[in-house]
Amino acid sequence: MLLTLAWRNIWRNRRRTLITAASVLFALFFALIMRSMQIGTYARMTDNLVQAFTGYLQVQKKGYWENKDINQSFVVTDSLLHSISKVGNVSVIVPRLEYFALASFGLQAKGCAIIGTDPAKEEQLTHLKKWLQSGDFLAEGDNGVLLASKLAAYLKIKVGDTLVLIGQGYHGVSAAGKFPVKGILHFPSPDLDGQLIYMPLRMCRDFFSAGDRVTSLAINLDDPSGLNLAESHINNIVLPLGLLTMPWQEMLVELVQYIKSDNASGLIMLAILYLVVAFGVFGTVVMMTSERTREFGIMIAIGMKKWKLAVVTLVEMLMIGTLGILAGIIVSIPVIGYFYNHPVDYGGDMGTIIENYGFEPKMYFAFQPDFFLAQSLVVAIIVLAAACYPATRIFRLKEINAIHSKFN
Amino acid sequence: MEIIQIKDLHKTYDEGKIEVHAVNGISLTVAEGEFTAIVGPSGSGKTTLLNMIGGLDRPSGGEVIINGTEITKLSSRELINFRLNNIGFVFQSYNLIPVLTAHENVEFIMQLQNKPQTERHKRTIELLESVGLGDKMDVRPRYLSGGQQQRVAVARALASKPRFILADEPTANLDSKATANLLEIMERLNHEEKMTFLFSTHDQRVVNKAHRVITIEDGIVISDVEQQHIVHPSDC
Repeated sequence: MLLTLAWRNIWRNRRRTLITAASVLFALFFALIMRSMQIGTYARMTDNLVQAFTGYLQVQKKGYWENKDINQSFVVTDSLLHSISKVGNVSVIVPRLEYFALASFGLQAKGCAIIGTDPAKEEQLTHLKKWLQSGDFLAEGDNGVLLASKLAAYLKIKVGDTLVLIGQGYHGVSAAGKFPVKGILHFPSPDLDGQLIYMPLRMCRDFFSAGDRVTSLAINLDDPSGLNLAESHINNIVLPLGLLTMPWQEMLVELVQYIKSDNASGLIMLAILYLVVAFGVFGTVVMMTSERTREFGIMIAIGMKKWKLAVVTLVEMLMIGTLGILAGIIVSIPVIGYFYNHPVDYGGDMGTIIENYGFEPKMYFAFQPDFFLAQSLVVAIIVLAAACYPATRIFRLKEINAIHSKFN
Repeated sequence: MEIIQIKDLHKTYDEGKIEVHAVNGISLTVAEGEFTAIVGPSGSGKTTLLNMIGGLDRPSGGEVIINGTEITKLSSRELINFRLNNIGFVFQSYNLIPVLTAHENVEFIMQLQNKPQTERHKRTIELLESVGLGDKMDVRPRYLSGGQQQRVAVARALASKPRFILADEPTANLDSKATANLLEIMERLNHEEKMTFLFSTHDQRVVNKAHRVITIEDGIVISDVEQQHIVHPSDC
């Protein structure tokens, strides 16, 4: 009967119950949309760089990452590759030789990043082929290069044209060569799209006179959550060789910092939203408690234990909260589902501004059960916290005063 | 057998600089089966006295012994339990639970006592039929008249099988017909089931029906009279 009592009590003032449930609904709806947008966008940013470029881990020579100097490269041996590949969770190892050169076509020239890689392994790590906009993908025996689309547009070069590269190789040797453009890649990250050139590792080593050297071993993992363990195992192998492992968070410090600060501001907004709702719910609770003080007194007078009465009010608030939470989730799912499948495309000037900051001009949404659960839990805690008020009042209530209270 | 014993009961309210002695040294006893009215002008201390007998208010001094238990020494939790099992309350404003039907209001008390469902159901029907509301079982209080609500309140008060019923001005909000009806029920319960009633009232019709009339003024008993013209149930 306590449940019946609670259920009927919440419908005594139907309008107030609906308004309270609606405030919970809207809070949860906006919180879910906001978090979905933030988490989705962060995940996309991370994927754009981690899965499409750095990999989850890289083995490098100590000090390489700070200078990106080809002289900080190292000779990679089959036994080293074999030892790392034996580490659990390692799915693919891609030897890369990365450096800079000046790219030129016709009257145009631009500094660019050159990545010499094993095309087949690179495809396993970064699924590079999916970014292919025109032309063909690389094979290890090829002599051609793949250009990022913004760079190609800048150089006004197209598939089949010959690109001139000039720079400095290992130990200051001059590097110069002409390379046919085999394909154009379009990367979602504007930064990458404006500067990357891919070529087969063998050809890159020849170009930079780097022998059997690489600047990094990019490593992908089967389970990214096992990153720390894999890093520690690989470090055991490479540290004695004067090498080290770098997780993606250390390589993409700016991205991590951006995500952290943006996330913090998002959480502040969320906290403000929840605070407003908490006051709304609390207002309802205070009104409800005041209106029913006399009734509480009567119920205790006729023999209802105070804790049972407190449970009834707690259940009432939980019912209203659950109503709001369920409605919030039901309303949010189709909206988030739609935007998950149809990311918001920033058009016009806004898109250009965002792109100029180095971000993809699209807003992605995440669709993960865990943040539905987390946000619902936060709202439930707010409702429960509000429900402490009538419970406290009931435990402090003096029957005689309550029975003679003005309300009810 | 005396079920209520009050010894030198005091209740003092501190109203700033002035101390108000609402009850000022009352001693009395109520025997099982009595049908007793407490009368007196407004502010005389009737309700305060009933509240202390019912364990709703703590006295400033003296003792309230119900059925051998000194209730002023009980903790708040013990008092709630004591009230549930020993005292039935009928309030002036009925004070039924508005979201429960008449049946549920009566059954609720027995549920608090953890009585089995079949027993609860049977007794609820018996009680509501005994107060003439067998056809209003599933009706919520707001759809009942004042008299009907007060009869549900009487049934509720009886549901826990209390030792006595305390009624604070039970007819104050009722018209004459409903008053007569309620009195008839209370008298019948007193007569047939030996239920003890102790009630405060201003209503002369109720006073006339009482077997014993205790008059209070300024917090003291100024008269305590047995009304011999009424047949006392213990004489039957």
